[in-house]
Amino acid sequence: MKPESRLKKVLAAGQFAVTAECGPPKGADPEAVRKKGNLLKGFVDSANVTDNQTGVVRLSSLASCVILREEGLDPVLQMVTRDRNRIALQSDVLGASALGIRNILCLSGDHQSFGNQPEAKGVFDIDSTQFIRLVRQMRDEGTMLGGDKLTLPPELFIGAVENPFADPRSYRARRLEKKAKAGAEFIQTQCIYNVPYFKEWMKQVRDLGVDAKLFILGGVTPLKSVKMAEYMAKNVAGMDIPEEVIDRLKGVPSGEQKKEGLKICIETIQQLREIKGIRGVHIMAIEWEEAVAQIVEGARLLPRPAVQ
Amino acid sequence: MITAERKPLPEIKESITPYKKVLIVGCGTCVAECASGGEKEVALLASALRMDAKKEGRDLEVHEITLDRQCVYEFIDQLAELVDRYEVVLSLGCGAGVQAVAEVFPKIHVIPALNTTFIAQTKEAGVWIENCRGCGDCRLDQFADICPITRCAKSLFNGPCGGSKGGYCEVDPETPCAWHLIVTRLEESGRLEKLAPLYPPANWSKKEGKGPRKIVREDQRH
Repeated sequence: MKPESRLKKVLAAGQFAVTAECGPPKGADPEAVRKKGNLLKGFVDSANVTDNQTGVVRLSSLASCVILREEGLDPVLQMVTRDRNRIALQSDVLGASALGIRNILCLSGDHQSFGNQPEAKGVFDIDSTQFIRLVRQMRDEGTMLGGDKLTLPPELFIGAVENPFADPRSYRARRLEKKAKAGAEFIQTQCIYNVPYFKEWMKQVRDLGVDAKLFILGGVTPLKSVKMAEYMAKNVAGMDIPEEVIDRLKGVPSGEQKKEGLKICIETIQQLREIKGIRGVHIMAIEWEEAVAQIVEGARLLPRPAVQ
Repeated sequence: MITAERKPLPEIKESITPYKKVLIVGCGTCVAECASGGEKEVALLASALRMDAKKEGRDLEVHEITLDRQCVYEFIDQLAELVDRYEVVLSLGCGAGVQAVAEVFPKIHVIPALNTTFIAQTKEAGVWIENCRGCGDCRLDQFADICPITRCAKSLFNGPCGGSKGGYCEVDPETPCAWHLIVTRLEESGRLEKLAPLYPPANWSKKEGKGPRKIVREDQRH
């Protein structure tokens, strides 16, 4: 059977989509990918595979996507411009499509200085927005950069990310508009903890008419502990975790914090569902893929819709 | 200017270990301006090496000279009389200076005493910032005169990325986010629409081209 993007179908059918993140192992271990994939299977429409996230070397995103596909999942291939120039990017886009991958998320990637190869040369030949446009050109115009014709264009549902909480905040809706203009079809946002501010941002997005141009999936990450929340709030740039959220975790005994974190996450999803223009949720349970099933169930997002 | 920083003394000392007669050559232009390789720095290094040798009871003859420009033949020629009397040249020029001196004197070993860093603006006394990568295709006017190639850690053309916090870069919290500066400057002057068009992939061939770049100006050739 010809592979198709489940994510695209679910969104196009007007269903509230669920995606989750899956981080590949630090080794050539396909079983680790299968195991994580199977924790998500049936609970999500599609599973993102991170691409050497935070600049740490891991099993390749493309290889992991192929393994997930074998397990019956619809993978979203994350691809960063940090490690590949335009030659490698275009080649891997073609390779992904040839291997039956149908979703791609175009990112610039965390700077190499954060990872375990801080002496590496960052490529950054093109940026994430240019990459979106490039994949769109390859797919829709059937050409590569420079104009050479492709013998067969890639078939990919094209995604991007946006962080409403990073500075300069006044420009973030405009930046999303730019990604829409470049050709992004779906967006997964940075983790949302400050729902009131996210609502404001979504209003700006709607005022620009961008919500009509692409599908926006709100990003969530369950907090495991007060320590994790405080660490993220302090050390991760562009992360907005309001005091109230941290206080809520502090209000329960340490043994209960994980449970409270899940509860906060589920409530956030319920609030997101009420926001006009939000078409799904993207769950990033970092090294806690087991939590996804509980979150999806708790948010009453089961069963996942059947698609043809 | 081109900035440089002097290598640590132990590294310099080790690099000249086999030699007893050292000619230290400074440069009076960029590296003098950024206080790493001018006349004063040459004198400081020379006396540090002399003192060190004396302390350790080694013979070391050090001669100091600072050229106006170490990257231009007509100044390098001043070394012609001197070079033969020394075993090694310790250069306090930038990488271009080191190589130019080596080219003029094929038989002498030239050792760099500086690490050449970047094209800089003097931000304040003792502070230099990198703000040009010499990409060969200047489009500063499209980015509010703030270079995203140089001053954004990811060289984004359609920034900002999601890692800007309080106007600073997540990669180095002491470095202002170039895109924060660009957006703010354009907002304040009512020119934000400058950023509306999608900026296409850069033409790096003007930077990376066919290896090292060369400028040939017929009108300047005699």
